[in-house]
Amino acid sequence: MEEKLTLFKNRKRFGIEKNIDLIFKNTTLTLSSLVGIVLFGIILVVFFQSFESFSRYGLKFLVTSEWNPVKDEYGAFTAIYGTLVTSLLSLLITIPLGVGTAIFITEDFVPKFVREIVGSFVELLAAIPSVVLGLWAIFVMEPFFREFFVFLHKFFGWISLFSSEPAGRNSLLAIIILVVMLLPIVTSIARDSLNQVPKKLRNASYGIGASRWKTIFSVILPAALSGIMAGVLLALGRAMGETMAVTMIIGNSNAFSWSLLSPGYTISSMLANQFGEADGSQVSSLFYAAFVLMILSLVVNIFAQWLVKKFSLKY
Amino acid sequence: MIMNSLYYQKKLSRNVGDKFFTSLSVFCALIAILPLIFVVTYILIKGGAQITPELFTLEPNPPGDDLDAGGINPALIGTLVITTIASIISIPVGVGGGIYLAEYSNGGPFSKFIRFGVNVLAGVPSIIAGVFIYALIVSTKILFGSMYSGLAGGMALSILMLPTVIKTTDEGLKLVPNELRYASLGIGASMYTTILKITLPTAFRSIATGVVLGIARAAGETAPLIFTALFSYYYIVGFEDLFYEMGSLAVLIYNFALEPYDAQNKLAWAASFILVISILTVNIFSRILAAFTEKTKRV
Repeated sequence: MEEKLTLFKNRKRFGIEKNIDLIFKNTTLTLSSLVGIVLFGIILVVFFQSFESFSRYGLKFLVTSEWNPVKDEYGAFTAIYGTLVTSLLSLLITIPLGVGTAIFITEDFVPKFVREIVGSFVELLAAIPSVVLGLWAIFVMEPFFREFFVFLHKFFGWISLFSSEPAGRNSLLAIIILVVMLLPIVTSIARDSLNQVPKKLRNASYGIGASRWKTIFSVILPAALSGIMAGVLLALGRAMGETMAVTMIIGNSNAFSWSLLSPGYTISSMLANQFGEADGSQVSSLFYAAFVLMILSLVVNIFAQWLVKKFSLKY
Repeated sequence: MIMNSLYYQKKLSRNVGDKFFTSLSVFCALIAILPLIFVVTYILIKGGAQITPELFTLEPNPPGDDLDAGGINPALIGTLVITTIASIISIPVGVGGGIYLAEYSNGGPFSKFIRFGVNVLAGVPSIIAGVFIYALIVSTKILFGSMYSGLAGGMALSILMLPTVIKTTDEGLKLVPNELRYASLGIGASMYTTILKITLPTAFRSIATGVVLGIARAAGETAPLIFTALFSYYYIVGFEDLFYEMGSLAVLIYNFALEPYDAQNKLAWAASFILVISILTVNIFSRILAAFTEKTKRV
C-alpha cells in the first residue's frame, strides 16, 4: 500500500486533476469517519436521554424490579436478569450443538456434498428474519412444547427453575428460540476456525496413533479454541440484543420469578413493548435500560474482538 | 493375538468412543437443520395457502373485523420504500468509507479505529438503532414536524446496513490484485480514476453480493421500525407519505401475530411467506453466484 502512495506522489499533474483527486480522497475519508460519528452519536444520545432517570434512581435502578409509571418508580432488575439468564442459558445449549455441527461439517463422516448442504442449511437459517421465527414460535413451537412443560413442572417442579405452572408464553420458550437463532452464528464461526487448523497437525496426531476423536479433542479443538470463543461471544452479544422473537414468546411480565416456566422480560422486549406509548420519566427510564443493554453488548463485542486479535491462529 | 492386532477391533474402547462421538456429532447436525426445515415448511404451507391476488392489492382491515383481513399492499410497498431509503443512505456512505479503508488508509490508528468501529457498530443491537433514531428524529420532530415516519424508519435501518456495506467493500477491494493498480497508475491514471474505473469495477461482483445480502437482511428487520416507522393501514400514494407512519411486512407480522383474531394471524403468515421467499431467493441466488465465480477463477 505504502509503495503505491509514494509512487503516486512523485508524479506531476495539472492542478485541476490534483484537486479532483484530493476532493475524492477527502470525501471517502469523511464518509469513513461517519462510522465513528454514528457510533459515538448513539452512545452519547442514549446516555444523555437516560440522564434524568440515571440521576434520580442511580444504580438502584439495576437492582429493583418495581416498574410503575403511575407511582413513577422504575427499576429494571427483572429485565436485566431476564436478558442475562435467557442469553446465557441459550448459549449453554447452543455451544455443544453448534460445535458438534461444525465438527460434522469439517470432518469427513459423510460425502462432501451432504456436508455442504448441511452447512448451507444452517447458514440459511440465519437469513430467516427474527420476527418470522417469532410467529413460528407462537403458533407451532409453543403448542409442541406445551405437554413437555407440564411434564417438566410435574417431575422437576422441586427445582426452582421449573417451580411455577407453565405459562402459555414463558422464558424457556424464549431460550429455545434463541438457540435456533444462535446456532448459525456459533456453527459458522466454529467451522471457519476448525477449517483454519492446518492439516499437518491432524496428520501428526494420526501418525502417533491417536484415534479420530482423540485428535479432535486434544489437537484440533484446542487449536481452534480462540476462534470458537470469539464466535461464542459474538453470539452472546446477539442473544442479549435479540428483540423480536423473544418479545413475541417470552410473555412480557415484569413480575420477577426464578422459574423459567413463568413469563419473563428482557431489556429489548421491554423497549419493544413500551417505547411507543411511553411518556415523561418512563421514556428516560427506558433510555436508561437501553443504555445498560448497549453497554452489556459493547463490552461483550469488544472483548470478542480483542480475543480474536490476541489469539488469532498463528500457523 | 499378535495377528489380530493388525485388524480393526470393534470392541476396543477407542473405537467404541469414536463411534459414540461420531453419532453425537451427526445428531447435532440433524438438530441444527431441523429448525430451518420446520420453519420453511410451515411458512410454505400456512403462508402459501393465503396467497391470493387481492393480498397484493388491498389494504389490511383493522383487527376485530374477523371476516376479512384484507391485503398487505401498504406493508409490501412500505418495506420496499423503507429499504430503498436505507440503501440510498448506507450504500454511498458505506462504499465511500470502504474505499478509504481499502485504497487510501495505510494501517494507521485512524483506519484501525474505523475498522474497529465498524465491527462494534455491527454488534450494536438492532433495537438500539431504533432507540437512537427515536431520540434524534422522532421525538425532536426535526423532519418538518413529522414524528413517526417512513423516512425515520429508513434511517434506522441504514445504521444497521452501514457496517455490512463498509465491510464488504473493504474486503472486496482488498482482493483486487495490486498489479492492476500499478498498471493503471503506470499508464498515467490518477488515483481516483484508478479506483473508479479499475479497482471498483473489478470488485463489483463481490461488493454487490454483499450489499444485496445486507439489503435482504434489513428487509426483515423489525426492531428498529416499531417505534420509528410505526405502522399504517393505508395505501402509500405519494411522496409526502414518506413523512407519515408507514407500514412494513416485518411490523405487520409482529402486530398481527399478537392479535387474537384468526384473520389477522393468517395475514401475518402470508406476509411471512412473501418475506421469507424473497430473502431465501436472494440468499440462495447469491450463494450460487459466489460458487460459480469461485469455479471460473480457478480455471
